Amino acid sequence: MQVTMTVNGTEVTRDVEPRLLLVHFLRETLGLTGTHWGCDTSNCGTCVVLVDGEPVKSCTALAAMTDGHEVRTVEGLAQGAAGGGTLDPVQQGFMEEHGLQCGFCTPGMMLTARALLDREPDPDEATIREAISGQICRCTGYATIVRSIQWAAAHPAAAPTEQEVVA
Amino acid sequence: MQVPAPFEYARATSVQDALELLERHGPESHVIAGGHSLLPMMKLRLARPEWLIDINDLAELRHITEDAGVLRVGALTRHAALLGSDVVGRLFPIVHDAEKVIADPVVRNRGTIGGSLGQADPAEDLTTVCDVLRAQVVIVGPAGERVVDVAEFHRGPYETACEQNELITEVRFPIRTGSASAYEKVERRVGDWAVAAAGAAVQLGDDGTIADAAIGLTALGLEGLATDAAAVLVGQRPSEDLIAEAARLAAEASSPVEDQRGPVDYKRHLADELTRRVLRRALERVGATATAA
Ligand SMILES: Cc1cc2nc3c(=O)[nH]c(=O)nc-3n(C[C@H](O)[C@H](O)[C@H](O)COP(=O)(O)OP(=O)(O)OC[C@H]3O[C@@H](n4cnc5c(N)ncnc54)[C@H](O)[C@@H]3O)c2cc1C
Ligand code: FES
Ligand code: FES
Repeated sequence: MQVTMTVNGTEVTRDVEPRLLLVHFLRETLGLTGTHWGCDTSNCGTCVVLVDGEPVKSCTALAAMTDGHEVRTVEGLAQGAAGGGTLDPVQQGFMEEHGLQCGFCTPGMMLTARALLDREPDPDEATIREAISGQICRCTGYATIVRSIQWAAAHPAAAPTEQEVVA
Repeated sequence: MQVPAPFEYARATSVQDALELLERHGPESHVIAGGHSLLPMMKLRLARPEWLIDINDLAELRHITEDAGVLRVGALTRHAALLGSDVVGRLFPIVHDAEKVIADPVVRNRGTIGGSLGQADPAEDLTTVCDVLRAQVVIVGPAGERVVDVAEFHRGPYETACEQNELITEVRFPIRTGSASAYEKVERRVGDWAVAAAGAAVQLGDDGTIADAAIGLTALGLEGLATDAAAVLVGQRPSEDLIAEAARLAAEASSPVEDQRGPVDYKRHLADELTRRVLRRALERVGATATAA
């Protein structure tokens, strides 16, 4: 069957098997491997992407069900050209506050954070912890992830990165 | 890698269209709503539908409406929408108690009330909530619409009165004045299914006695309500002793099985303790203070 959806602002149309899961559509069909794939059982949350602005576990959605919808992956967080452009405040927050170690959970965490801040620009710590409670991080103990999201909330306009400041 | 067996996919454009698609594609065609129970089962090949009929476009199944003594909730209402609804929280605090501990916020963005009842997992939380609130389920099929009491809707684990060629369209909650409700669950970790849970609803009479009560248990091997436990409450003034007696009877009515979530005696202890807590909280919410006898 044919599916058409908007992924990171670009409309894509592909022929897929109805059984193709959204996570594999993104990673294999579109080559967007920033979305990670972990437990495969809807538990870890590393596969979270935004569908119409809401966090969804893409291992538990069909590409077919996403036909006609808008998807945002981690590749769509930074504004402007890939590799250049401006990082999203959430991405900057994860840099500033060391929100990642191995980075496996990071794409899902950052997208959930983005959706939270879009809905609630100034969340308290309990709200942040609740928002990411469906996602597992094996490295950080969550404290730095919470601080990263707090950093992003405190810096809503993307500021120049450290590298840009140094240069 | 978990991959579902091959199937065909169709997206319904209306309730009528969904019914026609189910009819046309026969007994191996199934409705998919949030997909958060069905897809995991398909990935494990525990379910192998030949056709999936996607009902996610049916906006007419997404309402929460207060209407002549009933709260009508569309089958496609997501967990997140129930949790976000002020009217739900005001009329039926038990729904918010339960929704806060159903899965996690991301899963709650997709899972629906219709799918939860349709799945009829014995550890499913909204089933107990609907039991306790004496909800009704609206089912439409080729022969038209019927409204069934939730007690009749449940036929046992994973079995309901909704046939393959039918659709759950709405859940109706009767609004009762002077009543309140509560739910509490013990889970191993955030987002997990219940080790055990209990729900209760109480209605107070003008004279301060309990006019009506309902107690339900989740994942504790009780089908339907704990009627004996609720019966001891009716006509009585709330007291700690009374609550303890009801909780003892609820635990007695349970028949938990040992699994990786715990042994039988622990679960039976939870049945007792959780029933006490939800009765206390429901009574508190309705404005009664249980007097320590
Ligand atoms: C990680 C995880 C943790 C979870 N934890 C909990 C928990 O703690 N407590 C809990 O209660 N639930 C939990 N769930 C289940 C979750 O609540 C599901 O969303 C719910 O059980 C099913 O809803 P759904 O809309 O996704 O249904 P689907 O998966 O789409 O469907 C489930 C079944 O219902 C049928 N169905 C769906 N809608 C209709 C309809 N309108 N008419 C007729 N049949 C229909 C389908 O054909 C299917 O058989 C969890 C799920 C996951 C993935
Ligand atoms: S891979 Fe989707 S939740 Fe873990
Ligand atoms: S940074 Fe390694 S899992 Fe989160």
